[in-house]
Amino acid sequence: MVEFALPPNSRVTRGKTVKAPAGAKNVKTFEIYRYDPDAGGNPTLDVFEIDRDACGPMVLDALIKIKNEVDSTLTFRRSCREGICGSCAMNIDGANTLACLKPIDDVEGAVKIYPLPHMPVVKDLVPDLSVPYAQLASIKPWMQTQTPPPPDRERLQSPEERAKLDGLWECILCFCCQTSCPSYWWNGERYLGPAILLQAARWIDDSRDEMTGERLDHLEDPFRLYRCHTIMNCTTTCPKGLNPAKAIGSIKQKLVERR
Amino acid sequence: MRMESPLGRARGLGSAKEGVGHWWAQRLTAIALVPLSLWFVISVIALLGADHARFQAWLATPGNTAMMVLLIIATFHHAQLGVQVVIEDYVHDEAIKTASLIALKLAAVALGVFSVVAVLNVATGG
Repeated sequence: MVEFALPPNSRVTRGKTVKAPAGAKNVKTFEIYRYDPDAGGNPTLDVFEIDRDACGPMVLDALIKIKNEVDSTLTFRRSCREGICGSCAMNIDGANTLACLKPIDDVEGAVKIYPLPHMPVVKDLVPDLSVPYAQLASIKPWMQTQTPPPPDRERLQSPEERAKLDGLWECILCFCCQTSCPSYWWNGERYLGPAILLQAARWIDDSRDEMTGERLDHLEDPFRLYRCHTIMNCTTTCPKGLNPAKAIGSIKQKLVERR
Repeated sequence: MRMESPLGRARGLGSAKEGVGHWWAQRLTAIALVPLSLWFVISVIALLGADHARFQAWLATPGNTAMMVLLIIATFHHAQLGVQVVIEDYVHDEAIKTASLIALKLAAVALGVFSVVAVLNVATGG
């Protein structure tokens, strides 16, 4: 059966508390999931009090401040700090989002930060994403053609054909949607999940790609595609405002069309 | 211990190359059940307080018999399609899953046929 409760060695216990420096007037509390595979033991929820007057506006600013000034062992992924690399995806205040785009002031009370749900944890806020990355590779996310490329220029696409990719190409593969989907939690090895299916739709809808039928063949499966039960968590949580559920719907529609 | 590569795990046993039939049948029966259920509820309200003879006379008309049989077929077909998805979602033990799906499909056919026979029985004077 599906596991609804965490296994005993994954249950989160209370960790340490680091108080704000004396004299801090504008204190915000951060509760952060910590797990250190080398230390062994259960994950803990550590509490850090931060002086908001000496911290940038976003949750990522606070994480970097904690790592720089309070606890250098705090581990998380980040790179661009402007919502284009997708590295700092994590569960903040109960919803998956990018730490760099999430204003601290949007959260009432303590800011609770966990790694992306239902993924194996490498350390602290770093999840193991090797299965979703492999699932992305399995749908061959590159252009496949039989017609040789024109010798003198690139493959052409009309503005209307290009417009079909709007809402798809913007995906940064942060996997916020992927790991918010209950269907992906229960059947993550067989269901491709919203992020991968949105990428599949991106190539199915590309007028220059000539392998649409093969791509649809690859997806037509009770688990790979049809585990989507239009729960819509993907669309609700996407930090880029995209609609993976709609992309999945367009794939289902094409499979009916070609019957 | 699993040393299979992530891509090996992701590719798994390959695509079943089916699923669109199931999905389409689920939508088709759902659409059919909208008028059928409405008709059923309205009919039951209209028959409030009717005795057996009046109910039998009502059911014996070809239109009502046909609607009743269609309602039963659509309901059981739709229900077993839906419960199949629930089992596939939550039951991961291959043996229990297969046993549950077999029990589900056989029960749906058995109960559906029983219901249709019962309707025909009453409609023809049983």
